[in-house]
Amino acid sequence: MASTSSSLPSASAAPAVARLAAGAPEAETNGIANANADAEAYERANVHSVYEAIAPHFSATRYKPWPAVAQFLNTLPRGSVGLDVGCGNGKYLGVNPGVFMVGSDRSAALVALARDRLKEEGGVLPTGTGVKNAVRDETSDVTNTTATSGSRSSKEGITDVLVADGLSLPFRDGAADFAICIAVIHHMSTRARRQDAIRQLLKCVTAGEAGKAAGKVMVMVWALEQGSSRRGWDEGGEQDLLVPWVLKTPQQKQPRQPKQSRKQKKGAAAQHGQEGSDAVVVAHHANKSGEPPVPGPVPGPAQDQDQQEPAAPATDAGGGVSHTDPVFQRYYHLYRKGELEEDVLAAGGLVLESGYEKDNWWTVATNNGPTLSEEQ
Amino acid sequence: MKVLTLNFLTCAVKTCKSSADSFPLHPKDAELAHDDIEINPELLANVLPRIDWTALRTTSTELGFPELPAQPPTVEELEADEALLKELHSLLLETQMMEGKLVCGCCGHEYAVREGIANFLLPSHLV
Repeated sequence: MASTSSSLPSASAAPAVARLAAGAPEAETNGIANANADAEAYERANVHSVYEAIAPHFSATRYKPWPAVAQFLNTLPRGSVGLDVGCGNGKYLGVNPGVFMVGSDRSAALVALARDRLKEEGGVLPTGTGVKNAVRDETSDVTNTTATSGSRSSKEGITDVLVADGLSLPFRDGAADFAICIAVIHHMSTRARRQDAIRQLLKCVTAGEAGKAAGKVMVMVWALEQGSSRRGWDEGGEQDLLVPWVLKTPQQKQPRQPKQSRKQKKGAAAQHGQEGSDAVVVAHHANKSGEPPVPGPVPGPAQDQDQQEPAAPATDAGGGVSHTDPVFQRYYHLYRKGELEEDVLAAGGLVLESGYEKDNWWTVATNNGPTLSEEQ
Repeated sequence: MKVLTLNFLTCAVKTCKSSADSFPLHPKDAELAHDDIEINPELLANVLPRIDWTALRTTSTELGFPELPAQPPTVEELEADEALLKELHSLLLETQMMEGKLVCGCCGHEYAVREGIANFLLPSHLV
């Protein structure tokens, strides 16, 4: 397992985003508008296009909801209408069968995957209907296995998906009872844009006016403080990074035991299907990949090991990463403790609850009604 | 794209949102499909108060469905009326707009719907 001792280091994105935040000199004439366009172009190259390219592989590693998010969803009143902004492959849609959720994502490829998945899945069913499904399976009821016919109590009935940008959402103000935005805002390259993203979420949910329950927004982001993870990021470290994703294609799987390899990968590498597990499929040198793209590796432990715990059998089983596996770099802003709450406040929100869950910070906030600050 | 979803959508252009003309979006050249989905009376009753009824009437008519009553049923009325439940279930959850466009009545921008998925990404001059 020589490959596991090597790694694909994350690289600093700090110089690039500092320029974006300040507004490139040439953009000064048009000020913020141009700086924002630059930031958008940066995210297009370092986030959006990457997700389009890695969508199927990424999706295959994302299927188990974070407990804190599932908990939030499962405590919502029945009949709530909610949004999942940056829904990816839609793993949170349908978690609570008593609510109607619309998922949106910037990546059309991921949205299409989400749609197909929701069509196929039996869905999370209330007690009592599970038996029915089991019977259907046993009798191989054809109508229930095709995608276009047969009465299904699948997630299809309680979800929908669309393509949209988190900063230009198509939802009418106050339309939703809740919104979640999981592992999305950390992909935005300036603080102003991250705060604006939260502001847009807050606008979508009902304001806390008299007689109306204020809508809730849950945001989760990658934490800088990942002391227990082997990525090596921690307090005081670099916050703006390019994090590699090695695209594993089926043909490149270990030919000896392709099934086993896949199983192991599911079992551990992607066990939680969590945003933090990205780097698990990464286990080789950036310069081997022929893509040494960025200003340079992050100093410190990040160079040693780019895997998450538990140790990833995917890497072991795969015997390392093929030289031909394409490597994509995604921009991340790692949130330090307290920063997410600061951003919620800056966006005019009221923080109700906050927490940390395995390398991530999360917060639940409300639209604070009239004080919701207007964007500039 | 479900008819229910359409009831929560408006134009993605920020300056349109304050205009009453931007909601609801108007279907154009819509190709509809009908999915067969198990009815969920409780969800329908719960979601009913969330629906903008006036907008739903507009959408329903624009898609070529029979006119809906001027006033929404109360939750009690809905629960007691199986035919109405089925009708609303069919309209809101089973009817899918598969192809076509959604047009903003304010700025006129047309959002494409393909294979059942609406795309609200804006060209750069509208962001």
